[in-house]
Amino acid sequence: MYNKLERILPRVQKPARYVGGEYNAVMKDKASVDVRFAFCFPDTYEIGMSNLGFRILYGVMNNMPGVWCERAFAPWPDMEEEMRKAAIPLYALESGDPVGDFDIIGFSVGYEMAYTAMLNMLDLSGLPLRSEQRTSLAPLVVAGGTAMYNAEPVADFIDMALIGEGEELVPAVIELYRKAKAEQWDKQAFLRAAAQIQGVYVPSLYTVRYCDSGVIQSITPRDGAPEKVVKRVVHNMDKSYFPAKTIVPSTEIVHDRVTLEVFRGCIRGCRFCQAGYVYRPVRCRSKDQLVQYGQEALQDSGYQEMTLSSLSTSDYPQLVELCDGLQDFCGQRHVNLSLPSLRADNFSMELMQRLQRGRKAGLTFAPEAGTQRLRDAINKNVTEEDLTESLKTAFSGGWSAVKLYFMLGLPTETDEDVLGIAEMANRAVHTWREYASNKNRGLRVTVSTSWFVPKPFTAFQWEPQITMEEYERRVKLLRQAITAKAVTYNWHDGDASFLEAVLARGDRRLGRALEAAYRKGAKLDAWSDFFDLRRWLDAFAECGLDPAFYACRERSRDEVLPWSMISCHVSDDFLWRQRELAHQSVTTPDCRTQCGGCGANAVEGGECYHG
Amino acid sequence: MAKLRLFFRKEGRAVYISHLDLLRTFQRVFLRQGLVLKHSQGFHPHPIISFALPLPVGQSSRCEILDFEADGGADWRSLPEKLNDFMPDGIRAVKCCVPVKPVRDLAALSCQVELLYDGGVPEGAAKAVAELLNGESLVIQKRTKRKALADVDIRPMLLRLQPIAEEAGCLRLLADTAAQNPGLNPALLAGAVERYLPQFAPDFVRVQRLEALDTDGNIFQ
Repeated sequence: MYNKLERILPRVQKPARYVGGEYNAVMKDKASVDVRFAFCFPDTYEIGMSNLGFRILYGVMNNMPGVWCERAFAPWPDMEEEMRKAAIPLYALESGDPVGDFDIIGFSVGYEMAYTAMLNMLDLSGLPLRSEQRTSLAPLVVAGGTAMYNAEPVADFIDMALIGEGEELVPAVIELYRKAKAEQWDKQAFLRAAAQIQGVYVPSLYTVRYCDSGVIQSITPRDGAPEKVVKRVVHNMDKSYFPAKTIVPSTEIVHDRVTLEVFRGCIRGCRFCQAGYVYRPVRCRSKDQLVQYGQEALQDSGYQEMTLSSLSTSDYPQLVELCDGLQDFCGQRHVNLSLPSLRADNFSMELMQRLQRGRKAGLTFAPEAGTQRLRDAINKNVTEEDLTESLKTAFSGGWSAVKLYFMLGLPTETDEDVLGIAEMANRAVHTWREYASNKNRGLRVTVSTSWFVPKPFTAFQWEPQITMEEYERRVKLLRQAITAKAVTYNWHDGDASFLEAVLARGDRRLGRALEAAYRKGAKLDAWSDFFDLRRWLDAFAECGLDPAFYACRERSRDEVLPWSMISCHVSDDFLWRQRELAHQSVTTPDCRTQCGGCGANAVEGGECYHG
Repeated sequence: MAKLRLFFRKEGRAVYISHLDLLRTFQRVFLRQGLVLKHSQGFHPHPIISFALPLPVGQSSRCEILDFEADGGADWRSLPEKLNDFMPDGIRAVKCCVPVKPVRDLAALSCQVELLYDGGVPEGAAKAVAELLNGESLVIQKRTKRKALADVDIRPMLLRLQPIAEEAGCLRLLADTAAQNPGLNPALLAGAVERYLPQFAPDFVRVQRLEALDTDGNIFQ
C-alpha cells in the first residue's frame, strides 16, 4: 500500500493527512485481534480529527481486547482522483489495509450534508452502496451521530444506525458481532439479534407505507424489532471514558487543541436546537475530575490550548472553580484556555477577561433573532440588556471586533424581526462609541445570518422552512437596512440550507435521489467549493420527488413523521407544547429553574438535572 | 540556560509532515517530555526553536538539525532517548549536543537521489546521466518568487558526484550539494534529467539527505 501511496502523495495537497503514524495512533497486531473496525468520518481529516465523539469512540473501541479500531476519512478530490487512477481503495490510516476488508465499517455522521461523502467512501472501498447488495456479514456498515436520529435518507445504504451516545452501545454491538462471527451467523440473523440491543435501529426490519398524498401511512417493524428504538445515554459522566491520551495530528486540524468536555446536554431548551433536545438530560463531570483530565490531556498531548466544551459552557455550575483549578497548570505551560458557547451575560464576560491572554481577538455572540419577541418565541433567553451589558464590558476592556449570529426564517418571523437585526447592530456601534477604551483601532461588527433549517426532535419539527424566494427577500431587506459603515453583513448561501432542510426531515424514498445525486458527482456537499444544488434538483426530478414536500411543508400534529420509530426520550407532546408556546412568544424556564417535563428524566429514573 | 542542537531523522510516514507542522510537532514533543523551552520576550511569547535547513515535503533525512534553547539545566545527553518516547512515527532523535558551529557554516548536504524505473533502467541511462551531471553547466528552469520561470545554472551547486550506481530498476546518485546561499534541492538533479534526457526520465524520484557538512567538509556539529 505505501509503495503505491508514495507515488501519488507528492502530487496531492496536505499529504500528511493520508498517512497516519501520529503520536498516540493505536497500532495492534492483526493476528491478535478478532474484530477490526474501520471508523469512517465522512468529511476530511481536519474536520474528523476535530470531533470529540470520534476520539472518544476510537479510545473506547481500542480499549476493548481483541478489537482494533482504525480511522478513515474522506479524501480531498485531488487525492480521490489519484487513488482511483492508481486503483488504491479507501484504506485505514493505522494499518494501510483496505476498508472493504474490515469486519465493521462505522460512520460518524454529524449532519446531513455528509451523506454523499458516506456513499463515496463506500464506493472507494469497492463495496456496493446498498445494504441489500452486501449479503455477507462482513463488512457490516453502521452509522451513528446526531444526524442518525433521522437515518431514513440513508436507510437503504446502512445496515444499522446506532442511536444516542456510543460509549456503551458500540461495545455492545461489537460483542454481538464477535459472537456472530465466531458462530458464523448470516447477516440477517445478526441484524435481527442486534435489533434487540437498546439503541440499535435496523432500517431493513421496518416497512414504511405511504398515503396517496405522499405522507407516511404506517411504519411496521418485523422480526421482533422494537416499535420504538430508544436512544442510549451515558448515565454517569464521571464514570464514562474521557480520551485524556488521544491522537495528536502531525498536521494542523480545525480544532487543534485539547477539548475538555465539561458536561453533556443543555439546560436551555432553545426551540430550534436539535442538540439541545436529543442530548438531554444534562449530565456534568465533576470539577475535580475535569481538572485532572485537563492536566493529563495537556501533559500527554503537549497542546498549549484547551477549550472547555459543551453546548453552553457558562451553564457549568462550577465554572469559576474549574478555571481556578486549571489556572496554575495552564499559566506555567503557556496554555490558553478558551470558552466557546458563552452566553451574552456579565458573568461570562468577566470570566473571558480573566482568561484572555495576549491579543483580544473578536468576540462572538449568537442572539439568533433581532427582537425580544422572536427571541422569546424560540426560547433563546438572552435579552437586549444582556447583550448591551456584555458589549459595554467588551468594548471598555479593549475588544474592537464583534460578530453577531442570527437566523432568518425562524417560525413567526416578521419583517419587524428582520429589521431588528439591523437595529441591534446599530446599537452595538453606539455602545462602542460610548464605551470603547481605545477608539483608534476602529470597530468591526460582523452580522451573519443563516437560513433556518427545521430539524427532527425539535419544537419546530412540524414547521415549514420558508421558501427560497422569501429567504432572499429577507436577506435583501436586511441588507438594505444595514447602513453603518462599521457593520459588515454576511449571509449564508441558500442552496445548501435548502438541501439540508430536505434531507433533515426526509424519508427513505430520498435514498434513490441521494444515490442519483452521488452518481451525478455530489460527494463533498459540506464544502461549498463542491456543492451544486442543480445536481440534486435533477436527481429529485428523476426520482419523481418534490424537495419542497420535505422542506417547505407544514406537518400536522397527527402526521406519522419519518423518524417516529426513534425515541430520544423527549416526548412529542412536550415538543408540540413548546411549538404552541413559540407561536404565543411565551418562554419556558431553563431546566435548572424549573423542570419542563420533557420526558428525558425517564432515562435517569427521576431527577434529570444533576449538579 | 542552554543553547542546544538536536540531530534527528525524518523518514517513512513522517516525510509528509510539512516544515510548519514539524515546528508545532516538536514544540509539543518537548512539552510531553517535560522539557521547558525558553520563550521569546514580548507580548506574544513563542518558544525559541528553529530548523537549520527546511526539508522539502516528501524527502527523507538522516541528518535534520534543530536548534533550541531550554530553561534550566536540562540533561541534554540523554535527551534523544527520552524524546523518542513521544515522537510521531518516522521521527527519531539521534543526538543532542551543544552547537559547535553556527548554522551559517552548514555548507553542504550529502544526499542520495534514486531515479526509479518501473520497467528496469533503460540501456545507456547511467552513462548519459553521468555525462549530463558532470558537464560544464546544467541550466534548468526554476520558478522565481514572482512565479516567472528563470534559467538557473545548478552545476556550481553540485559540489561532488560519486560514480552512479545502477541497480535493478534504479539509478542511485550520491552527491554533495550546496546547502545554502544559494542551496540546491537535490530533486532538481532529477529535474535536469527529465529536461535534457526525456528518454531516460525516471518514473519516480526518491531523495534522502544523508549528512550535513560544514565549510571544511567535516560533519556539521
